[in-house]
Amino acid sequence: MTDSKYFTTTKKGEIFELKAELNSDKKEKKKEAVKKVIASMTVGKDVSALFPDVVNCMQTDNLELKKLVYLYLMNYAKSQPDMAIMAVNTFVKDCEDPNPLIRALAVRTMGCIRVDKITEYLCEPLRKCLKDEDPYVRKTAAVCVAKLHDINAQLVEDQGFLDTLKDLISDSNPMVVANAVAALSEIAESHPNSNLLDLNPQTINKLLTALNECTEWGQIFILDCLANYTPRDDRESQSICERVTPRLSHANSAVVLSAVKVLMKFMEMLPKDLDYYGTLLKKLAPPLVTLLSAEPELQYVALRNINLIVQRRPEILKHEMKVFFVKYNDPIYVKLEKLDIMIRLASQANIAQVLAELKEYATEVDVDFVRKAVRAIGRCAIKVEQSAERCVSTLLDLIQTKVNYVVQEAIVVIKDIFRKYPNKYESVIATLCENLDSLDEPEARAAMIWIVGEYAERIDNADELLESFLEGFHDESTQVQLQLLTAIVKLFLKKPTETQELVQQVLSLATQDSDNPDLRDRGYIYWRLLSTDPVAAKEVVLAEKPLISEETDLIEPTLLEELICHIGTLASVYHKPPSAFVEGSRGVQHKRLPGSAGSGESVESPDTGSAAGVSEAPPAVIPSQGDLLEDLLNLDLTPPTTTGPPPPASSGMQMGAMDLLGGGLDSLLGGDLGGGPAMGTGFGAPPAAMPASFNVPVSGGLDDLFDLGGGVGMPMGVFNPPKTVWLPAMKAKGLEISGTFVRRAGVIQMEMTLTNKAMSVMTDFAIQFNRNSFGLAPAGPLQVLTPLSPNQSIEAALPLSTVGPVMKMEPLNNLQVAVKNNIDVFYFSCQYPISMLFAEDGKMERQVFLATWKDIPNDNESQFQIKDCHLNSDAASNKLQGSNIFTIAKRTVEGQDMLYQSMKLTNGIWVLAELRVQAGNPNYTISLKCRAPEVSQCVFQNYEMVLKN
Amino acid sequence: MIGGLFIYNHKGEVLISRVYRDDIGRNAVDAFRVNVIHARQQVRSPVSNIARTSFFHVKRSNIWLAAVTKQNVNATMVFEFLYKMCDVMAAYFGKISEENVKNNFVLIYELLDEILDFGYPQNSETGALKTFITQQGIKSQHHSKEEQSQITSQVTGQIGWRREGIKYRRNELFLDVLESVNLLMSPQGQVLSAHVSGRVVMKSYLSGMPECKFGMNDKIVIDKQGKTGSTEDGAKSGKQSIAIDDCTFHQCVRLSKFDSERSISFIPPDGDYELMRYRTTKDIILPFRVIPLVREVGRTKLEVKVVIKSNFKSSLLAQKIEVRIPTPLNTSGVQLICMKGKAKYKASENAIVWKVKRMAGMKESQISAEIELLPTNDKKKWARPPISMNFEVPFAPSGLKVRYLKVFEPKLNYSDHDVIKWVRYIGRSGIYETRC
Repeated sequence: MTDSKYFTTTKKGEIFELKAELNSDKKEKKKEAVKKVIASMTVGKDVSALFPDVVNCMQTDNLELKKLVYLYLMNYAKSQPDMAIMAVNTFVKDCEDPNPLIRALAVRTMGCIRVDKITEYLCEPLRKCLKDEDPYVRKTAAVCVAKLHDINAQLVEDQGFLDTLKDLISDSNPMVVANAVAALSEIAESHPNSNLLDLNPQTINKLLTALNECTEWGQIFILDCLANYTPRDDRESQSICERVTPRLSHANSAVVLSAVKVLMKFMEMLPKDLDYYGTLLKKLAPPLVTLLSAEPELQYVALRNINLIVQRRPEILKHEMKVFFVKYNDPIYVKLEKLDIMIRLASQANIAQVLAELKEYATEVDVDFVRKAVRAIGRCAIKVEQSAERCVSTLLDLIQTKVNYVVQEAIVVIKDIFRKYPNKYESVIATLCENLDSLDEPEARAAMIWIVGEYAERIDNADELLESFLEGFHDESTQVQLQLLTAIVKLFLKKPTETQELVQQVLSLATQDSDNPDLRDRGYIYWRLLSTDPVAAKEVVLAEKPLISEETDLIEPTLLEELICHIGTLASVYHKPPSAFVEGSRGVQHKRLPGSAGSGESVESPDTGSAAGVSEAPPAVIPSQGDLLEDLLNLDLTPPTTTGPPPPASSGMQMGAMDLLGGGLDSLLGGDLGGGPAMGTGFGAPPAAMPASFNVPVSGGLDDLFDLGGGVGMPMGVFNPPKTVWLPAMKAKGLEISGTFVRRAGVIQMEMTLTNKAMSVMTDFAIQFNRNSFGLAPAGPLQVLTPLSPNQSIEAALPLSTVGPVMKMEPLNNLQVAVKNNIDVFYFSCQYPISMLFAEDGKMERQVFLATWKDIPNDNESQFQIKDCHLNSDAASNKLQGSNIFTIAKRTVEGQDMLYQSMKLTNGIWVLAELRVQAGNPNYTISLKCRAPEVSQCVFQNYEMVLKN
Repeated sequence: MIGGLFIYNHKGEVLISRVYRDDIGRNAVDAFRVNVIHARQQVRSPVSNIARTSFFHVKRSNIWLAAVTKQNVNATMVFEFLYKMCDVMAAYFGKISEENVKNNFVLIYELLDEILDFGYPQNSETGALKTFITQQGIKSQHHSKEEQSQITSQVTGQIGWRREGIKYRRNELFLDVLESVNLLMSPQGQVLSAHVSGRVVMKSYLSGMPECKFGMNDKIVIDKQGKTGSTEDGAKSGKQSIAIDDCTFHQCVRLSKFDSERSISFIPPDGDYELMRYRTTKDIILPFRVIPLVREVGRTKLEVKVVIKSNFKSSLLAQKIEVRIPTPLNTSGVQLICMKGKAKYKASENAIVWKVKRMAGMKESQISAEIELLPTNDKKKWARPPISMNFEVPFAPSGLKVRYLKVFEPKLNYSDHDVIKWVRYIGRSGIYETRC
């Protein structure tokens, strides 16, 4: 008998016929009809009209038919809630069936019926099933609790199912334990602060015992749960590692990778001089290599993870280079990943082999792969100095092939080689110049232009070359335009006499004829620099460049730490934190590695430096996000519009710009100063001080430049929350808005990224706020000057004032926003961190503090716990200061540090705090006193956010 | 966890769609079809993120299996599950084809209900599943109470892969050591990389709940034993033992025991299963050596000469030997002369395929070819893909030897000696390539 015939019925009146068949007296006919219904459902036809008829077939002793009806129910119950109630009786009855398979089937299915009215009826049967004598029913019921929690979390808590679930961790059957662990982990994820998965040495021991006995899938659930535990000390950590290592020999790759995750995490706590530490390192390599003989899809996942592991602990795989050699038949996604890891593992010891391989790859067919191989040769040159010469000659050979994309890629990497080894390989410039005409990709053009500008004094016809690019200036991409602008300015500074006309031409093209703000800004700055002080200009534009890093595409250390905690999961495949691709509350929790043993004090900065790179010194990551200042010095070829922070709307700048325009071209060399005073001081700053700003964590673009001049440094370590999506594109006809709030030098700004995901151009943006608790209001119009074309993103910074109309919101820091564009008006709400409102003058006098503290009635005091915070009191104090929370006094009583802190909100409300930090205890206690106690909750949340980031 | 699972045919029509989580809507089915199956380009990644939904896919012949999720799932587990799902389906109805999937869609839904619960994989051992999910769908109702509890305890129990009460009149087991030897050699004959990935595959027909112990010439074990004997013995046995880089085991093997004592003990599943996989890289016997010679004669002609040498005992015979010599895309004609076997130019595959049925050890054979090329103005050079080779030899290229497989079943009336045991070694080529 074949079932494929059910897929073929497509005639009209089908529903009617099915209805008749479903109501037939003959069992066989009924079953046939249900099968047809399921087949229609599969291909996407709407058969919900048959609901009552199908449900009528539910009362049957034919298990196959019953399962089919259940399948139908799960699909359509939500659309027919009233009818679905008809099914309840059968479920309740089935849960009492003598056959455990039927009991389990009933409990499994009813959890999938997402109808509120029904869920309530199902609590009693579920309770019974959780205590069923048969383990098969119990393991199914355990998962059902998670299902129910997804529908109605409150109900699950009220009914005490969570406690029952916790009890199941001690069940005698390993599969019940595994499913209970899975269910609890999932529920705990949506309650980040609950102590649901109360992991302590006893429960850990139970889990480790079950680990030896349960199915492969159960082992994965348990290992993934174990990875969330933080052992108390290195001995506990070692004993868990010892019991987990046997899993590395499991046939299931997921078991292996989850075990690797646990080991990678717990290893952090082991002292490096311990013998066991070395043994463990050795044990990790073979299973990782074995993963590469799995199916290609698994290889891909494994390689993405190995990429992370190699960055964190390069010593594990340093001798295994060969296994990452690309095979001719590997799928392209495996090839590209292997190549990445080869570059990371390249060292003096294996460079000859690696280069020979890379040369082979450069002749392959797949364009992406060839490009990456060419780029890899360049990376090797930069990484292993001894090989640089061979790499350069290999690249020259490749340029001779004249294959267009190979040439372009080679030029891009040669630019980096010039940076790394100045005055060594410039003899090849002539060869490069020969290929000028064949370059059609922006990145290659930009690289070539950079080379011409940088070595203008050695290239006789540099001015002609650059002039040839200038003809089509407006057709070039931003990247090339910026590069051309800088290159010509460099040329001018080197050969001022012949190139005056050229520089005037490019400056006017950049400032007057372009509507790209970055280009204009850069143009104005050069213009002003040149007109004010050519000597300073020389020092700025031709400044010595900082050293180029050996490693590229290194993942930023804190992200790497987080990703290591997510080994094996999607996050490790995407190399993004879960919050970047998971919606809702799940996965927003940031995981981090535990601190190493014996360094309790400095846990706040787990030695990322020594761990991330081979050497002791932390590798300087080539910034992929353009700091505007670096842009000026041309250290970066990526156009800042796409990734960089938005240039804040600075009134000084605008004024200067106006002036310049007014002054016209004549002012270029005439020394007409004009401009606001801010500008003058800004540019007058000694260039020597500029590199210091590279360390400023939050790149403030132009602000930084001004700040340096005025001598006002940015406070270190200001925490600004990352951008989150406020308005998803689905809800706003294709407009996506993500954003965050920052407070910089007393100015509150709302920084937004507007992305057009629709098919048509968006224009006429405007923004308005609803009344809110602290009177936040836009201080100016939303500056989106250019129309936003499809698939384009734009950064907008909106300065805010706090003098708008006030209305108390729930929660207090809620802000309702309306955004208008040419398509429609959209509404969204977001929450701002209350620290945005903390004024710079929030430091109270000691005496006043004491008096105020006493003065505020005790009823207004609220106490909170901040869990898992591994900072010592000084570090915490510094961190908080960045958010204008000022420490007034510190007292140490019996090993406990008490910090007394104050902050002042923009509307004049003072908040007083007492923060208690005990060495070795990750839980802080905080007491807040304020005359308006309703802000306490918000302030507490802010503490937690600042301290944990 | 997994939010849903879809099966599509090659046209992108959905054959099976099972949704486990509320966050996955019907539009996910279409999103995958439009963005992956109907995408013009070649697949660039087995994981794709479309509209904040992640899709994992594998392909079996013309059939696409896709798992969908919106959460940060364990990606390795999802792929392992998809392969497992394929295995389970194959065990039930053979080849995974559109026809078979359509013919068994009710069964597939039933399986999906059982082995994935709310997106969490549950017991997926076919042995256990077949006891209560049957194609007839009737059997389940006639189980007695004992049978039912036996099923459930097997599905959830510690030994989920074997049921109690199995009886054979003749206790017998078959043990195959299957190895695939991989090689990448430079044109000059230098080994760039070589490794053996091996599998120990068993078929056991044993009564009761037998306790088995498997032993092989693992260097670590032999060295340990060698220490107790004289040093000379140790050196001698060292030659016959092999260094295993890494191995993985079927879930029936007690891993903690292997970790502490390096002994492989287990209660086997009934019937076919893969006991272990292993990998070695040292002292590999490379059964064949390929010596290529490519000469470009002007712009329109290539001369290729390939010599193969067999490198094993002359009493053994290699079989199914096939050498594949890639030819440029602009090949217009090929003339071939070979000493042994048959050679053919296959224009559709852009390769010369030379087949030799049998070849003894320590022999040598040769093929020469003249390739005529059409003149082209294509500047791009021919990439010269490597020459690949296939073969089968009756020994294990890693040098692995089975030392013993002991069976104990204290409760039943048979001893280790009563079990009939068969051992076989097969070495096959994996990716066996020589660059030219």
